[in-house]
Amino acid sequence: MKRLYTHFGDRVFALVLLLLALGVVALALLMAYELYRGGSLALGRFGLLGFALGREWDPALEKAFGAWPYILGTLIVSLSALSLSFFPALAAAIFAAEYAPRWLAQILNFLLDLMAAVPSVVYGLWGIFVLAPWLRDKLQLPLYLWAAEHAPGLLPLLGVPTGYGLMTAILILASMIVPYTAALARDAIALVPREHREAAYALGATRWEVMRLAILPLARGGILAGAFLALARAVGETLAVTMVIGNSHKLPYTLFGGAATMPSVIANEFTEAVEDLHLSALIAVGFLLFLVSMAVNFTAAYVLRRQERLVKGVL
Amino acid sequence: MSRERDLALRRRYWVERLMLALVALGTLLAFLVLFLVLAYALFQGAGALNLDFFLKDMRPPGEAGGGLRQAIVGTLLVDGLGLLLALPFGLAAGILLAEYPDHPLNPYLRLLSDTLNGMPAILFGLLAFILVVKPMGGFSGLSGAFALGFLMIPILARSTEGVLSLVPKEVREAGLALGLPRWRVILSLVLPTARAGLITGILLAFARAAGEAAPLLFTAFGSPLLELNPLKPMDTLPLRLFAFAISPYEDWHQKAWAAGLVLFGFITLTSLLARWASRRRF
Repeated sequence: MKRLYTHFGDRVFALVLLLLALGVVALALLMAYELYRGGSLALGRFGLLGFALGREWDPALEKAFGAWPYILGTLIVSLSALSLSFFPALAAAIFAAEYAPRWLAQILNFLLDLMAAVPSVVYGLWGIFVLAPWLRDKLQLPLYLWAAEHAPGLLPLLGVPTGYGLMTAILILASMIVPYTAALARDAIALVPREHREAAYALGATRWEVMRLAILPLARGGILAGAFLALARAVGETLAVTMVIGNSHKLPYTLFGGAATMPSVIANEFTEAVEDLHLSALIAVGFLLFLVSMAVNFTAAYVLRRQERLVKGVL
Repeated sequence: MSRERDLALRRRYWVERLMLALVALGTLLAFLVLFLVLAYALFQGAGALNLDFFLKDMRPPGEAGGGLRQAIVGTLLVDGLGLLLALPFGLAAGILLAEYPDHPLNPYLRLLSDTLNGMPAILFGLLAFILVVKPMGGFSGLSGAFALGFLMIPILARSTEGVLSLVPKEVREAGLALGLPRWRVILSLVLPTARAGLITGILLAFARAAGEAAPLLFTAFGSPLLELNPLKPMDTLPLRLFAFAISPYEDWHQKAWAAGLVLFGFITLTSLLARWASRRRF
């Protein structure tokens, strides 16, 4: 094998490739380093834990910066969106892979690609002008009025029904991350060897029983990896969320009321930040976001690798 | 006995029907918002879309008419420049991954590409801000191109790897059997064979970056006038859509819908093209 690369031109070519490819590695390292360095002023002032758990974010008067409201907002929004979208996405994957005739499956696959490709701002636009007003008038306001009369204890949980808040952001986000779970789950289902299905059918299993007993257990890893990828998208989704979440970092968050996430505060305040400490605090939020995405992405890669080995072992 | 078995079987059939209904319902639910967004973009956007939209720059608020020429041109320039910056790195990483499978860097390269692929786009904007905007002392189209370029590198790397690994190994063996050195085999045989797929990958990366606004908020920044100098702030369609959507003006809202429709049309077209190109296997 070594002999293949000993030709002079080959050595030059491989070296050039290597140097350029190292650019990818450099990009990842540079991002970690620069975000840390950019945020070091704020991180040094408040300490990493103090910054991450601080509840006060006041660039104007107190000059205090704590990212907890944004971390909490990101966690609530992304995890709720994932749990809302998981079962529909899995259903779409099952339908496209097993139930649908070929022509319909092809259309569904195209739609999944499209769903992932529609720009975030277009979802946000729809959220601002269609979803938020609709939710406010048809769901939040009636619920709020009902609660005011019959269950006043619920009111602090519901919050002000403006339409722009947690609930709207969660719904938009849930529909945006469907394709990431669905695509991976579909591929994992398609990878399950045909013999497994045939064996189960031969035993007299119905189509759902084949799914439950022979296919889903083997595809579990791919489905899980898809869920983690969707979570990574949800954590980092910026503008669609920023446009509908109401952008308020006042704790405690309520179901209808405004909230904020890590990406949304960066998008909102970055161009207006004039003081070094404020700018540094925003970059430090970016650094925390980087750490969270890194962790979620690594988990997805790990789960997917194990899944690949599992299926190969079965084959 | 047979009655019991009959009942059990009937119960299993009912579960089967129930699950089919649930799966169908879930599928509908999964696609519901996509359909609604598309329908609204079509109906709201089509009304505001005319020739002026492409040929005229935007007007100040309150003045009717005008278009978004500066944003359309800006999108193509910033995105195109970003693609030029990203291409050498993305292609090289993809070639290394596919053509040198025993290279010790590959496992790390693959993991990092995937991780960067899943990174929030706004972080690439932050990086471009720190690396380009700060040293240059101001927002610029060039810094936006860097942000989009960073974003495209891992996408290009993975799509290139995928396409090259589809090229049959006989193509390589034929070249090597003729005594060609490896670099000639890759450049003259493997890459041309995979051309359609490579172009598809490039197109998809371009389309993905064209829809991004978050990394451009504090790099390209936006501009109300046509700007061709990449050292000055430049406008892009998603950036303008965002600014218009959160503005209080009815006319600008209409323009935002039109911008959404144009973006959406562009992305559908590239996805269709990609599908069509990738259907023709080697």
